[in-house]
Amino acid sequence: MSKVVEGLYYAKTHEWLKVEGDVALIGITDYAQDSLGDVVFVDLPSVGDSFDKEDSFGAVESVKAASDLMMPVGGEVIEVNEELNDAPELLNEDPYANFIIKIKVNDLDELNDLLDAKAYEELTK
Amino acid sequence: MKYYDKLIFELSNEGSIGYSLPKDDFSDISVDLDSSLLRNDTLDLPQVSELTVLRHYTNLSHKNFGVETGFYPLGSCTMKYNPKINEYVASFRGFRRIHPLSDESLVQGSLQIYYEMEQMLSELTGLDAFTFSPFAGAHGELVGLMIMKQYHLLRNDTKRTKVIVPTSAHGTNPASAAVCGFDIIEVPSLDNGRVDVKALKEVLSDEVAGMMLTNPNTLGLFENEIEEISKLIHDAGGLMYYDGANLNALLGYAKIGNMGFDIMHINLHKTFSTPHGGGGPGSGPVGVKAFLKDYLPAPIVDKVNDKYVFKTPSHSIGRISGFYGNFLVVVKAYTYLLSLGKENIKNVAYYSVLNANYIKESLKDEYELPIDDVCMHEFVFDGLKDKSTGVKTLDVAKRLLDYGYHAPTIYFPLLFEQSIMIEPTEVENKETIDDFIKVMKQIAKEAIEDPELVKGAPHHTPIRRIDEVKAAKKPVLKFKDIGKYD
Repeated sequence: MSKVVEGLYYAKTHEWLKVEGDVALIGITDYAQDSLGDVVFVDLPSVGDSFDKEDSFGAVESVKAASDLMMPVGGEVIEVNEELNDAPELLNEDPYANFIIKIKVNDLDELNDLLDAKAYEELTK
Repeated sequence: MKYYDKLIFELSNEGSIGYSLPKDDFSDISVDLDSSLLRNDTLDLPQVSELTVLRHYTNLSHKNFGVETGFYPLGSCTMKYNPKINEYVASFRGFRRIHPLSDESLVQGSLQIYYEMEQMLSELTGLDAFTFSPFAGAHGELVGLMIMKQYHLLRNDTKRTKVIVPTSAHGTNPASAAVCGFDIIEVPSLDNGRVDVKALKEVLSDEVAGMMLTNPNTLGLFENEIEEISKLIHDAGGLMYYDGANLNALLGYAKIGNMGFDIMHINLHKTFSTPHGGGGPGSGPVGVKAFLKDYLPAPIVDKVNDKYVFKTPSHSIGRISGFYGNFLVVVKAYTYLLSLGKENIKNVAYYSVLNANYIKESLKDEYELPIDDVCMHEFVFDGLKDKSTGVKTLDVAKRLLDYGYHAPTIYFPLLFEQSIMIEPTEVENKETIDDFIKVMKQIAKEAIEDPELVKGAPHHTPIRRIDEVKAAKKPVLKFKDIGKYD
């Protein structure tokens, strides 16, 4: 059973979103890291890049497959987790404690389309 | 058998030599080159005798696993047996010793092989003309897409920048299209594993250059809507490209041209029994309908007044290989076709489909069959049926090694989380297949009774479970990287 954390927003494409004001951290869920297997590389965007909702902002490569990372909401990248360049396995060790990017959310209304913990748990059952 | 894992450098013994050369007459001649271009130290080569070299490589060769050692059910790869007669014919002096720059008049027999091979492939596929220049399947895909591009451009139709591929496509399809400068549109698959025709309709426009499709698709399922799909793409002004990876399932039963495809590639090293992978060079002939014949890469072989000649098609995309592709591979495939004959070729498809369905039906109580349908030459399980044990597809594949089998394709296609893709081909007899089924059932039983045994597999191979993370992140690619040779 994959771990789901209360208080986060979730995308059907298995990213989580932690919102504070108009800033949000984005990472991948426990379910995503478990499905991918050992992560060996994270392709990060650059600070300043802008993406629309459902755009691919990077990719996660595991021993099994490469998988696109999708924007749960539109926004501008204000920070990337550089630690993942050297230690991509952090996403396996604790997917919720290790964000991938921090964004400034364009339109907070887009959050309404995302799932809450309960709905996401249901999705991945 | 004794375990052997030496490197040739570890066998080096100061003063050992495996050759005897005459005295160097040129040692006192000075070379007028800048000193930065001259080697000052000696070449770091292993010093070994001929017998040591022979034993070393013979011992290493014992570690090979191939279709000549055991069952090789690697899905999507058609790892069929390569009959020895193919090698025999390809070794004929008249084929082996010709020079690629020979005058046409001196190599009429070899040109005849190309010409007749084209006729046979045309008969089998329903496409009108073939090039043998591409060196492999992916190279063929690129050539096919270049033809597609040339066709649109020469009609001044410059808007067509997009190629459609289904989500189940081989990774090479979108990769080839991207290399050729196209943007990719993905169309989803339905729950029954086939292309979602409704979703396809939504992405059609005058920007679509064409669609790439494998049929049967990567799940081993026949695309029953293929006529409708071809019509939709053609009505939108696009061309249909057929990925020939799964042609084995259709030989002698269905023609690719009749399904509406305009361009295709064939993997001679899959369907037509030439060596595959590390076993030898590949060959990816590309076939086209008559209206695209003039776009084929140069040269093509034609017959004029009973003589075989090279020609450059009028709108050719140009040369895509130095000479004429991998000629001897074509000779092997030609031999295969002639030795089977028209009357037996259907049995290839017949038994490859029968074998796959037999395995699928025999194992579906133990393994999750996500789409319960008649398959073609291969099929996909989504891991073990009982997921509670925590034993995953990777573990099953590793455990198969303990029983002396090559692992099937795993974690592809990406449509399921625990994909295992099995393709037995037509060459295996019932006894071999029954043994494989027994072992697969045994592994499913072990997964329930002793999951740790399976999770720790393999236990009986020379190398145990490999650290895949380390292999991906810190690959050791040359002997000096090992450390102890610094």
